[in-house]
Amino acid sequence: MRNRTVVLLILSFVISCFTLYAGAARASGLPPAEGDTFPEILLPSPQKWSEREYLGLDHVGPFKISQVKADTLIIEVFSMYCPYCQKEAPVVNELHQMILSRSDLRNKIKMIGIGAGNSQFEVNAFRNLYGIVFPLFPDPDFSLHKALGDVRTPYFIVVNLKGSGSHKVIYSRVGSFGDPRQFLESISRKSGPRKGA
Amino acid sequence: MSRRISYLIVLTICVGCLLSMRTPLPAASEQFRGKIFSTGEMPPVDSRTELKPGDKAPDFTLPSISGESVSLSRFLGTKNVVISFVPAAWTPVCSDQWPGYNVVKSMFDERDTVMLGITVDNIPTLYAWTEEMGGVWFPVLSDFWPHGAVARKYGVLRSDGTTERALFVVDKQGMIRYIDVHNINERPKLEVLMQELDSLK
Repeated sequence: MRNRTVVLLILSFVISCFTLYAGAARASGLPPAEGDTFPEILLPSPQKWSEREYLGLDHVGPFKISQVKADTLIIEVFSMYCPYCQKEAPVVNELHQMILSRSDLRNKIKMIGIGAGNSQFEVNAFRNLYGIVFPLFPDPDFSLHKALGDVRTPYFIVVNLKGSGSHKVIYSRVGSFGDPRQFLESISRKSGPRKGA
Repeated sequence: MSRRISYLIVLTICVGCLLSMRTPLPAASEQFRGKIFSTGEMPPVDSRTELKPGDKAPDFTLPSISGESVSLSRFLGTKNVVISFVPAAWTPVCSDQWPGYNVVKSMFDERDTVMLGITVDNIPTLYAWTEEMGGVWFPVLSDFWPHGAVARKYGVLRSDGTTERALFVVDKQGMIRYIDVHNINERPKLEVLMQELDSLK
């Protein structure tokens, strides 16, 4: 009787430890790597009509990236509170302007930002401060941040949206992407021939 | 026997639930990679302030990283003051909180408000830490010696010698108008602070 109790206690302890380990591993999940399928995350509804139009969304409400009308989607995970993101904001804007200025790219490559742990107010503050015109989404409870692997910020993920199959990650790195022109060329190459090309 | 198995299952579920309730860790800036000491999750609050809105804010004079001493009373009649206590330099959350305030100086200006940042770290530590942030516009004050004297006066000194993550809003008459002794593991939302400052107008 006593032995059984001891065995049960040990078993209980082992299971608890395993649960703890599994929980910790989940909490510190890895970001999607290049070649991986991008997770099906649900993004909040864009605030403005112009943002819905930019993303080619035909409805109001939360959306999946598979609903974005583009060949390639660049996702920046940022935080208003991150000094690196603050410094990088003008470079990211430069990349966006570069894409908009190219008639062959402006409808093919789209950009969004996810404010990890940021409220709508904080995201708006970041947008206004740096004059960001591509859509930024709040993530106040870190749920999107967690789904993307608890990444450090800024973190850039580029997803190939072409085809009806799974959406492959073609770039996934922390920190600056470097020179915007070279970055744009690089992701254009990696995403392969464009639709209708 | 089946009752024991039931206990076991309940225990396992409880552990799982506790894990899922963990406070989400803030997104760490790449800026500080390898430079931040991991404190782990800490008790949300470990002190009790006797101060309350409507009380006169205790005055203090502390050395700042710029070399000058700063007194709270200097701002009497001219500016509202946000006193931001953060637990310690080179720790998570703290290393993001002030860089956020740093880029929204205009929001403080519009509300006729200055910020005073206080920790119990010494001046050289605070200097190095804020330099890593790229500098900040507001005075950064050291409550290092006598250790945590101002934090104690405000009732936010924790038992391990660090401070709470706390915000005190002091109006131009020197009265406390808002206190947020926040969960140390989380960053206070900016909009809440701005709403409080708006209410001073």
